[in-house]
Amino acid sequence: MSISVRRITKRFDDYVALDDVSVNVERGSLTALLGPSGSGKSTLLRIIAGLETADQGTVFIDEKNVTGRPPQERGVGFVFQHYAAFKHMTVYDNVAFGLKIRKRPKAEIDERVYRLLRLVQLDGLAKRYPAQLSGGQRQRMGLARALAIDPDVLLLDEPFGALDARVRAELREWLRRLHDETHTTTVIVTHDQEEAMEVADQVAVMSAGRIEQVGSPRDVYERPANEFVMTFVGQAHQLGDTFVRPHDLEVTLEPNGATREVMIDRVVHLGFNVRVDLVGGEGERLSVQTTRDNAELLELASGQIVYVRPTRHTTFA
Amino acid sequence: MGKYSLRFAALGYLLLILIGPLAMMVWRTAEDLDGAWAAISDPDTVSAFKLTLMVTAIAVVVNTVFGIICGLLIVRGNIPGRGFLNAFVDLPLSLSPVVVGFALVTLYGLDGWLGWFQRNGYEILFATPSIVLATIFVTLPFVVREVVPTLREIGTEQEQAAQTLGASGWQTFWRITLPSIRWAVIYGVVLTAARGIGEFGAVAVVSGNFAGQTQTATLRVEDAYQFAYGNYAPAYGIAFVLAATAVIVLLAMIFLQPKESRA
Repeated sequence: MSISVRRITKRFDDYVALDDVSVNVERGSLTALLGPSGSGKSTLLRIIAGLETADQGTVFIDEKNVTGRPPQERGVGFVFQHYAAFKHMTVYDNVAFGLKIRKRPKAEIDERVYRLLRLVQLDGLAKRYPAQLSGGQRQRMGLARALAIDPDVLLLDEPFGALDARVRAELREWLRRLHDETHTTTVIVTHDQEEAMEVADQVAVMSAGRIEQVGSPRDVYERPANEFVMTFVGQAHQLGDTFVRPHDLEVTLEPNGATREVMIDRVVHLGFNVRVDLVGGEGERLSVQTTRDNAELLELASGQIVYVRPTRHTTFA
Repeated sequence: MGKYSLRFAALGYLLLILIGPLAMMVWRTAEDLDGAWAAISDPDTVSAFKLTLMVTAIAVVVNTVFGIICGLLIVRGNIPGRGFLNAFVDLPLSLSPVVVGFALVTLYGLDGWLGWFQRNGYEILFATPSIVLATIFVTLPFVVREVVPTLREIGTEQEQAAQTLGASGWQTFWRITLPSIRWAVIYGVVLTAARGIGEFGAVAVVSGNFAGQTQTATLRVEDAYQFAYGNYAPAYGIAFVLAATAVIVLLAMIFLQPKESRA
């Protein structure tokens, strides 16, 4: 089902959390709301879910105006950053909760809960309590619980934010595969640009209660609408009026008109990539991303004087 | 050595202050078991225990319901003055029970603001209703005090999750909120019951202390002691039952503590 948010404004006392925000989420898509903390992305998600009410504006789910509706009537599955596991219930009862509320027959509940537990790879843990699960398992239980009610839209609020890097990467990939199978319209809130790029079809970049840009991950990275998007989505250095990404800087050993002279501060080996930290003539710091082969070819070492030149750059009016 | 002297000091203190008086009382009870039993099985004593239990049961029910509602208001409520409410709930802890009893007599007395009842034959003072009111007053804080920190700790996310899964406010309360705070509620109930059974001061002022009618167990002990005329066996016997009840309540509290918070 599609989601459409029209001119939403939300204030907490004097603080403007959302300032006239509009955004469309197409049916069957996976959209990421990406922004730093305090940008309003979680508030926007909670307004879509009905857990928070907007001061102004309208929310449509599947072209129906749900603005005044309570969360119970919106058909949303919500996944919380800190899992919101029902601590006094077993994994089975957590996942079955929404179905029991809907008074489904026991056999149907059984069938559905065990199918979902297999889907999230928690089969065999049905009788455990949340306290006996790892963070990653708890969040998969949270997902199964949200999916159990067959939601029209799935909303995830920083779902992997409290997990360690490896589990996060695993779950992210798993979420993408799940979405490719179910095609449930999904919105995920994240402050991690890598997560947004990897998982989403569409990224809405937010800052200070506004939407800065909406586009495909490639669009927002390669054609950022403004300075904020340029610097928040991926790294960027400012050289005068232009912005350049660390992998769009070329390092040479000889000067050549358009190059600038810099000294290598540190060469950091990151596996396939090498990051070269540089200091310019006025003490400005830059970094270049290059391949290991290239770094070896040029015999880059700290203390060395080299020359850099942008191969590609962006200027904002 | 310092470690041991501290232990002896602590144990000695407990023995002298807590165990000593109770042990002596148990000893005296045992010296005249027949006398003690005669007092315990006296119809007026039985009636006193029945009254105490009934009054305590009412206070527990009322203050549990009120305590949960009040706790929800203090933690979740969007009302002005909930800080005031939070502080006010503790009043019975700082107020002397005698003052509570006196205040009730003033309010429900013939020329009090609520004296209408007494004037029109609905007896409140020197009858069971005043004993119930006094006991409810003094036991009011216990459930609230246990429930408030637990409600703060569990937060609202589980309740929000239940809502997105379709649960109504009422379903959320019964299936999520109440089970989450159940240990706090049970603990509060036990404390309320213990305090209710033991209440003396406020009840002494309002009840009239008529044996077999408005005399609670604690009042009966006091009576047996005041009018002992050298025969203290009845006082020991009834006091022993009260002390034994307290020990049972204490054990219940130890066993009722949820596993995760047991030291």
